[in-house]
Amino acid sequence: MSHLFRNQGWVAGLFALLIFLFIVTKLIQPGYGSGDFGSLARAVLPYAFAVAAQTVVVIAGGIDLSVAAMMALTSVTAASMMNGASEEYALFVVPFVLAMGFVLGALNGALIVVTRVPDIVVTLAMLFVLQGAALLVLDAPGGAAAEWLKAMITGTVPIPGLPDAIDAWLPKALLVLIVCLCVIWIPLRRSRLGLSLYAIGSSELAAFRSGVPVARTRIIAYALSGLFAAMGGLALTMSTGIGAPIPGPYLLASVAAVVLGGVALGGGKGGLLGPIIAVFVLRLVRTDLTLLAIDPNVTAIIEGLIMVAVVMFGAFITIRGRPAGATP
Amino acid sequence: MTDSATMPQPVSFGRRVKRFMADRPLIPLIILLIILVVILQILRPGIVNERWLANTAKFAIPLAILAGCQTMTMLTGGIDLSVGTVATMSAFIMATQIVNQDPAVAFLLAMLPAVLIGLVNGIGVGVFRVHPLIMTLGTSLIGTGFLQVYQRTVIASGAKIPDFLNWLGTGVTYGFPNALLLFVPVAVLIVFMLNRTGFGRLLYAVGDNERAARLSGVRYWQVITALYVLSSLLAGITGLLYIGLIKAPSLSLAEPLVLPSVAAAVIGGTSIFGGRGGYTGTIIGALILTVLTTLLTILQMPEGGRRILFGFIVLFVTAAYLRIVEDR
Repeated sequence: MSHLFRNQGWVAGLFALLIFLFIVTKLIQPGYGSGDFGSLARAVLPYAFAVAAQTVVVIAGGIDLSVAAMMALTSVTAASMMNGASEEYALFVVPFVLAMGFVLGALNGALIVVTRVPDIVVTLAMLFVLQGAALLVLDAPGGAAAEWLKAMITGTVPIPGLPDAIDAWLPKALLVLIVCLCVIWIPLRRSRLGLSLYAIGSSELAAFRSGVPVARTRIIAYALSGLFAAMGGLALTMSTGIGAPIPGPYLLASVAAVVLGGVALGGGKGGLLGPIIAVFVLRLVRTDLTLLAIDPNVTAIIEGLIMVAVVMFGAFITIRGRPAGATP
Repeated sequence: MTDSATMPQPVSFGRRVKRFMADRPLIPLIILLIILVVILQILRPGIVNERWLANTAKFAIPLAILAGCQTMTMLTGGIDLSVGTVATMSAFIMATQIVNQDPAVAFLLAMLPAVLIGLVNGIGVGVFRVHPLIMTLGTSLIGTGFLQVYQRTVIASGAKIPDFLNWLGTGVTYGFPNALLLFVPVAVLIVFMLNRTGFGRLLYAVGDNERAARLSGVRYWQVITALYVLSSLLAGITGLLYIGLIKAPSLSLAEPLVLPSVAAAVIGGTSIFGGRGGYTGTIIGALILTVLTTLLTILQMPEGGRRILFGFIVLFVTAAYLRIVEDR
């Protein structure tokens, strides 16, 4: 029980940090309003899905280095399929790409289970493979996205009976994010499968001895990660209107947000809410740096430093949490 | 390694092959290299001549040195993904600083970021116990950010490749590439260090059983820090050599070498889990990859296909070595 409280405490603290950052942003730029919040939500979208992808496997005691490459592959696939195709065709593209992410993710998990090679090596190899596949689909940024997909994350959600001033603070991108994550995460968390994920993350042996199908659960964890990554890839295509075969900085960002969000890198702890708030925090820091008129390249350096510092801090906490003399 | 007295009954052919591979990993590698060269000669009769040999060596040498960085870090159970960025940084700084500076000063300036990144990597991995993969990925992102900022400051002064590096990178004397002048001492040094010095044995010891190494008085963080600084320095020197070969300073100069350098070390028989392997195998691994790249270019396989192949090679070889080790 106290463990639960501590975890919720961490998320609450993170949320307070987010609010504090919003206040800082408002102080730096008094004109910061609903429109800027909308663009923040759009910028967060691909990162948030990358983080969700990473969170699922980290909770199950693994790590997925192929997240960014998976996003690149799904993004170029979607963009090249929708290129020159009709608007209705996109109705077929979206489930196809999501299924592709799911299957490729399951392949990650199956390779880990079958070859017994550690997850970090398998997903590193898959990072090469997926990157190569993305280059085969499109060798330069290109493709197109259906208009209704692009419209899905621009603008705000009009809710009848509410004044426009409040509507304006509910960007569609945020709604898409919340709906997509909740549809998968809430049923998962309440199911037996969700419990198994946490079980294999905290102690694989104990989980095995209590009858949890470890291999199957692990494969499903990676498949879900692939599904979230495919959503991230679609979000990339939706927000840019094209697909780029070169993976973005999503891998490090996802690991940093997972650590900052209170999910232990050893597995078995934490939830999805913390990492998602952490993504907003990291993105908002970037917004603030931009508002302070700092050179975008310098911003990239500062961002990288923050992420490395967060990961270092997380690793440090993990060592402190272990009995003295134990090897991490 | 394998004691035949422990296996009284006759062993099957498959097991014998496995044991042979485990005991003498170099011989199958050399056979593979020869097979590849023969295939090349069959596909393009007459291609294998003195000029081709010199050319292959020229392109294999930068790869082999970077793979040396991977070999040393892998022996401790780590990996160094920042070598590409470090090599690019030192090459770019050298090419731009040589315009206005004394060569010696330019050289020192070019090596400075290498030492710094190596130091940060070493402290992150050795003291804070961040996973080497994530740590080196993070520093390479930060390094790229710095390089972009730096590029703006030197955009007016232009860049040139020093004659000496040109000579070293591309020159051929009596049929031998001049790059061998750099490579032979480096290779001898690495092999000597790994096999005959205390530091080399510490690397194996730490990778084989970190806890045992610590308990027997190894100062883990000092070994790791020295290792990553050395790895970065080698990467920096490779960058200088590579710019003499490629002759076009860009911000992604050595990036394409990173994945092959990991693959070369893995093919060469160095275990990605630490404690097993050596540099001679890595050199042959680098040669195999260079010949393979030529072969794939002749077969007109695109860059994407090559990456997919490299990914599967890493996965397959790691799984195979794992089986061999488990069998004993």
